[in-house]
Amino acid sequence: MSVRRLAKEQPESFAFSKESQAKADWWKAKYPAARKQSAVIPMLWLAQKQEGWVQEPAIQEIARQLEMPVIRVLEVATFYVMFQLAPVGKTAFVQLCGTTPCQLRGALDLRSVLEKKIGPAHSVSADGKFSWEEVECLGACCNAPMAAINDYYYEDLTPESLAQILDDFAAGKAPQPGSYEGRKSSEPKDKIQTLTDPKLYDGSAAKKIKIPNLPEKPKKTKAEPAA
Amino acid sequence: MSAPIHSIRKARVMVGILEDKDRIFTNLYGLQDWGLEGAKARGCWNGTKDILDAGRDWIIENMKNSGLRGRGGAGFSTGLKWSFMPKEVKEGRPHYLVVNADESEPGTCKDREIMRHDPHLLIEGCLIASRAMLAHACYIYIRGEYVFERERLEAAIKQAYEAKLVGKDNIHGWDFDIYVHHGAGAYICGEETALLESLEGKKGQPRLKPPFPAGAGLYGMPTTVNNVESIAVAGTILRRGASWFAGFGRQNNAGTKLFCVSGHVNLPCNVEEAMSIPFRQLMEDHCGGIRGGWGNLKAVIPGGSSVPMIPAEQCEDLPMDFDALRNLKSGLGTAAVIVMDKSTDLVRAIARLSYFYKHESCGQCTPCREGTGWMWRVMERMATGEADPKEIDTLLDVTTQVEGHTICALGDAAAWPIQGLFRHFRHEVEERIASYRSGRLHVQGAKLIAAE
Repeated sequence: MSVRRLAKEQPESFAFSKESQAKADWWKAKYPAARKQSAVIPMLWLAQKQEGWVQEPAIQEIARQLEMPVIRVLEVATFYVMFQLAPVGKTAFVQLCGTTPCQLRGALDLRSVLEKKIGPAHSVSADGKFSWEEVECLGACCNAPMAAINDYYYEDLTPESLAQILDDFAAGKAPQPGSYEGRKSSEPKDKIQTLTDPKLYDGSAAKKIKIPNLPEKPKKTKAEPAA
Repeated sequence: MSAPIHSIRKARVMVGILEDKDRIFTNLYGLQDWGLEGAKARGCWNGTKDILDAGRDWIIENMKNSGLRGRGGAGFSTGLKWSFMPKEVKEGRPHYLVVNADESEPGTCKDREIMRHDPHLLIEGCLIASRAMLAHACYIYIRGEYVFERERLEAAIKQAYEAKLVGKDNIHGWDFDIYVHHGAGAYICGEETALLESLEGKKGQPRLKPPFPAGAGLYGMPTTVNNVESIAVAGTILRRGASWFAGFGRQNNAGTKLFCVSGHVNLPCNVEEAMSIPFRQLMEDHCGGIRGGWGNLKAVIPGGSSVPMIPAEQCEDLPMDFDALRNLKSGLGTAAVIVMDKSTDLVRAIARLSYFYKHESCGQCTPCREGTGWMWRVMERMATGEADPKEIDTLLDVTTQVEGHTICALGDAAAWPIQGLFRHFRHEVEERIASYRSGRLHVQGAKLIAAE
């Protein structure tokens, strides 16, 4: 558990933009009418996407829309650590994975890079553009070490490539997410030995098949003998 | 069934023990088209209607016969789990399928590849599973950090709706709606009842069981929660037959499995392999071997951070399956293999995991809320060597007081890595404590108790 409180300085008001409201309504429609409270996490997320962080008036607004007590929204906002309760870097908000699989492959070195280039964790750089924090396992362990920057995963990082990515953000470029070691995803680097059989991809698997051990009297008998 | 592993090894001309033709996730690495056309060409959505028409009992029977054990960590029979759902739908009590895509167990990154590269296998599996449990609605709860994967999954679901594969009046004749829901960074929501709480718009704090979700789950309705991989393999299993799937692996450990290998190997990767593949072969055939050679292996966490580690000596002829690892007092868990070579500071590695559990405890049960923080602080001191040798036994005692005394298994998961460390590497911690002192004997007035 961690202690999480709302920021001291809060804006006066909050309103969903037209697009955010449309998305919020789309989320609400996913759940049974009497259960629209289910949309609270997606709506807090939308509010965060819009303003950069979760603000107290947004919590009020979401409670109003979902007909929930404000305290219920507040406890959700403080329970889930992806909700940023204070402003974060506007250009690049780096979430470095520090859990053991990434640590084993050099996350500590990446942390030094972030400390050097941005400053201490959880503090926004003076220009308001950058901030970083260490987070728990992001679920990309085969591509360790990695970091999520503004929601997308930057994988197989080295201190050099991370520094370059930060420089690119600072220069107004948009560095591509993905592997920085030339991998497509989580395959063995330059040595794919599986899934190489061309028969998997020639469409033969799409030919009509007979499902094995079907019951004696299937309702429809249009299956043909296996190819 | 299957011939002994050794004879296969001699005869093989390929890597590993699973042939390409028997792989379920044929786009694991994203080198092919993830979309509907590509998925269909690879065999997805083929014969789905015949499967659905065969009915609930047939699907469940065949899933049971396939020997599939849940891929989320606990290893419970998937077919059996489906059979726990009520056999008929009562008025006003709809059934739900909830897919657990809150993949956050350190070391695990398999469901991510399924969702971004083979999403249609998952969608098809959801439809089949829903038919088997008489559900007309399914929620996929994906972790909040997987933003790209969520976008991809939403796009795939849109394709399936447009092709009338799912939705009202679809071509399969089973009305079915599928929704994606997302979390916001809480590991605990991978626990099934915490996930349901979260999906209902609350804090993710696990519920007491019973009632089990099959009786009262999402919104109090009959619900089954399954892992992404368990659901995504269902279509292919039924298409190819239960006995095909049951033919891989040792008795009671059937099937193929995605292994996520991370840590100190030359080529960390995800790979689909037959269950019970020897650990050493998995490393050497697929992962380029241990960094620095086999002799450089120190310890392995074989199933995601929650299972106790095993030392290198036990890895030599180790089949990677549920039962073999359980016999070593560890577990297959999610088959997320974290490899640690001799350069690893094991105490530091486990201390980091203790921090993870401290951070992720939901705070509901006192033993876990207080215990995880306490264990982490002691582990940190063990990692520097600053602790007292007597504290090792106190720490182990505390792990047993947390373990089994909480609503969910997070307490156990926090205790086991520490127990695993001391079971096999207690001497390392003791040496560290001893050498910490020996280096500081000249410090006057330090409140140290002499080592025994």
